[in-house]
Amino acid sequence: MRNNKSLFANIDWPLVCIYLLMLLFGWLNIYAANYGEGIHNLMTMSSEPGKQLFWIGTSFIWILLIIILDGKFYTTFSYPIYILMICLLIGVVIVGKEIGGAKSWFDLGSFSMQPSEFAKIGALLALSKFLSQLNVNLQKKTIQVKAFLIIALPIVLILLQPDAGSAIVFISLLLVLFREGISSTYLIVSFSAIVLFIITLKFEPQTTMLIVMVMSIILGYLLKKNRQSIKPALIGLVLALGFTQSVDHIYAEVLRPHQRSRIDLILGKVEDIRGVGYNLHQSKIAIGSGGFLGKGFLGGTQTKFNFVPEQSTDFIFCTIGEEWGFIGSLITIGGFSLLLFRLIILAERQRSVFSRVFGYGVASILFCHFFINIAMTVGIMPVIGIPLPFFSYGGSSLWGFSILLFIFIKLDAYRMDILR
Amino acid sequence: MNRNKYKDRRLFFYFLFGVSILILLLRLINIQIIDSSYKLSANNNVIKAVTLYPERGYIYDRNGTLLVSNQRAFDLMVIPRQVKKMDTLTFCRIIDIEKNYFDNQLNKATRYSRNRASIFIKEISKQTAAKIQEQLYQFSGFYLQERTMREYPEKSAAHLLGYVSQVPDYILKKNDYYKKNDNFGMTGVENSYEKDLRGTQGVKYVIRDVWNAPKGSFQNGKYDSIAFNGKDLELTIDNEIQKYAEQLMQNKKGSIVAIEPGTGEILALVSSPYYDPNLLIGRSRSPNFNRMYKDANKPLFDRSLLAEYPPGSTFKLLNALIGLQEDVIYSGTRFSCDMGWHFSPKLKIGCHAHNSPLNLTESIAQSCNAYYCNTFRRIIEKYNSAERGYDNWRNHILSFGLGNFLNNDLYTGRKGRVPSVDFYNRQYGKKRWKAPTVISLAIGQDALVVSPIQMANMIAAIANRGHYFTPHIVRKIDGKAITDSTFTVAKQTSIDEKHFKTIIYGMEKVFTGKYGTAKTAQVKNIEICGKTGTAENPHGEDHSIFIAFAPKDRPQIAIAVYIENGGWGSTWAAPIASLIIEKYLTGQVNNTEREHFILSGNLMDKENEK
Repeated sequence: MRNNKSLFANIDWPLVCIYLLMLLFGWLNIYAANYGEGIHNLMTMSSEPGKQLFWIGTSFIWILLIIILDGKFYTTFSYPIYILMICLLIGVVIVGKEIGGAKSWFDLGSFSMQPSEFAKIGALLALSKFLSQLNVNLQKKTIQVKAFLIIALPIVLILLQPDAGSAIVFISLLLVLFREGISSTYLIVSFSAIVLFIITLKFEPQTTMLIVMVMSIILGYLLKKNRQSIKPALIGLVLALGFTQSVDHIYAEVLRPHQRSRIDLILGKVEDIRGVGYNLHQSKIAIGSGGFLGKGFLGGTQTKFNFVPEQSTDFIFCTIGEEWGFIGSLITIGGFSLLLFRLIILAERQRSVFSRVFGYGVASILFCHFFINIAMTVGIMPVIGIPLPFFSYGGSSLWGFSILLFIFIKLDAYRMDILR
Repeated sequence: MNRNKYKDRRLFFYFLFGVSILILLLRLINIQIIDSSYKLSANNNVIKAVTLYPERGYIYDRNGTLLVSNQRAFDLMVIPRQVKKMDTLTFCRIIDIEKNYFDNQLNKATRYSRNRASIFIKEISKQTAAKIQEQLYQFSGFYLQERTMREYPEKSAAHLLGYVSQVPDYILKKNDYYKKNDNFGMTGVENSYEKDLRGTQGVKYVIRDVWNAPKGSFQNGKYDSIAFNGKDLELTIDNEIQKYAEQLMQNKKGSIVAIEPGTGEILALVSSPYYDPNLLIGRSRSPNFNRMYKDANKPLFDRSLLAEYPPGSTFKLLNALIGLQEDVIYSGTRFSCDMGWHFSPKLKIGCHAHNSPLNLTESIAQSCNAYYCNTFRRIIEKYNSAERGYDNWRNHILSFGLGNFLNNDLYTGRKGRVPSVDFYNRQYGKKRWKAPTVISLAIGQDALVVSPIQMANMIAAIANRGHYFTPHIVRKIDGKAITDSTFTVAKQTSIDEKHFKTIIYGMEKVFTGKYGTAKTAQVKNIEICGKTGTAENPHGEDHSIFIAFAPKDRPQIAIAVYIENGGWGSTWAAPIASLIIEKYLTGQVNNTEREHFILSGNLMDKENEK
């Protein structure tokens, strides 16, 4: 057994440093978002900055626990943790507290807990465990279906709350399957479907048809030497045309009104800066008005006078953009870039499939949150209510992301010990 | 190692992360560095300019009587976000509106903004507002906001005072002082002295949060400015005379202009039909305005400034003066009159029956047409070309302020018309016309037209024996007498002072002469000098005209009265003029019989029956 002296020896300090700096910068912005004339005592337990300090402190306890626990714990208890999380997701739909039309929270007296933030850990542990089994071959259909089910189960339960934003994040785990060898066809089809969906909504039906036809002809020309590909290409064309015809149905029947209006807004089909477009409009104003150097810490007028709703949680990037300007944006995005690339590099150096899958999973989930969150605040994605990791106010998400990151750091530190 | 044969797929992750980060950075460069419009939007969000409204200046008459003041009125405001479930029917009953109107207004306000206040009903009177205020606590989201509205305690002089309304769009576009819903003087003194009356708006920049709650001043008020109240005006009008003149004009169409000859100050400026200026304030302005606009008698039309009439026989005074100045007649000149002036079988100007021949003073007193046809011919034919003779005559006429704008401080006016040589050249052809062609000018007809105020100015110039002061309506601004040389420096006419004596003697005889045309309009103990006129009206009864000044020496009032469809000048216009003169000079009217006759006279019904 290793002794306590080496407990922190193999920890990847660059990752830890990035994590700590993000917490600090995030907390400053939560403070700024709550700051305003006539508001005092921002450090009490009834204010967001005060509470966030508590969440940061308790996160450190989780981290200590994770580092102390043996690396084997995570492989051993993957499935039980997954099942526990699934139970919590079922439980929240039944006894959860309804906030804003969704039952996503357990009411624990003075605090609330959002199980979907922890379900990511369970799902990723289970997926890692499943893919690291010796007989698993992702080329097999049955294996694919089992892997999909591990991911799909929490998605379905979260959609029951309903919380589409949190559910979308789980889809990012499909990226991990791609890294582990699933056919690239899935990726191409998914990507094409998204592009087609946007084209269909953006343009008139006739224009959409025309675009699909032209794209097919170009594709056909490129494939004319490769005779075997023509048949699947034709099938693809028919499917694509069929898909475009059903988009309107999906759009009208599956999506809920507020989701439709958010998409319409981003596609420029509606402009309503006082109604549904208010958040986005004010968010862009906040970030845009920051300019290159920003208005200075606590100097943001959009922030200080509450023009941006939910500015300490999902729209925390507005505060960063307004008070710290483009420099602040660059630092934030730069921080995430370092984090994500570091995670991929570390994941690739793992000697066990479990650790590698987990590493890729952490990177994919963080990437998904990071990109969707910032893209929505600057108006290139529809409004999807998910937090910016390590920045947004909120105990559950901070705990969730900290645990996720540090389990991987622990696995990485532990990588030399056993070949799994 | 077999389990890691897809190692190359890590490159896809590098690519995906890289491209995504690039997209975000490009977008941020665009909105944070390149596009500067967001900065402006952020400022617009928080910095609100609050206008500080100055109080509009008061208007007094020459004796200090308050003619125009301000009254508190209220706009009922609504903030749609704060409107809760309420008893709409009760609400509608209290403020006296229809349910439909309520829904419309609320929708309109909501469309504008849910968080910001909109005007729900504007310009509610103080009394109604007090009633609403008592009940308003039940209806959250509604409140009353004070604004000022004009008030006319004397109810007189509507045309000359003008009215105040919300600033019209065409002014908003070209003048950036005004903001929507600001007050603006549309006509009358309110318009011509708008800049003095309105004062200067102040502005206070305050920071507001998203709920529009004030959060202190912007940069400690560095950019704020205070409001300056409007200046008070003292008019030249004598409200006693103005009101009396209006009273006399009831049920008659026409106008009265009275001027103090020694200063050019307008003592009364009446256009009839007139209206109570209080009709054009607040919520009732628009319906009242529309009703009067459609009225066939055109009560909104300011006849005293805008009507153009032929001066008729009153114009003979000028022809007499020019004749004397040009040495073509003298006071003893006599012309015979055989029921008119006969030039040819085709061309004759008729006259009424009187002794013949008459001398100059008698010709004025009895208004002989033939006398002036002969005089006019002599004036024109003094030179060897009609054009030159006519131009010479015309320059004399123009020197009395006719045929052009007076350039005074009234908001509107008309040039009138003294036909030019070119005018007749166009009408008859060059050298195709002579004095007899345009002989009607001798008796103030033909293409000649003047406005009532020009006519009053003409008689003022005669009263002054050869000079006049441009008629004006304001004496003092903020207690300081006006110093504009346009109004304080006399303008000379082209007639020498010595020629006026004979003419004025003739004008006196109009009242006192045995055959004077206004003999019945005499006033005891006041020497009035006047001249009757009757202007031909092809559309109906002739117009009755009278111009006069009094007393004969050191005249204090010059007056022009024009009564549409009043027939002979002596019938209506002359008695009205003498009543006003008596009232002005003595403060009372002794001839109650005459007063009663005028007050009960109704020319409008007669006209409407036709």
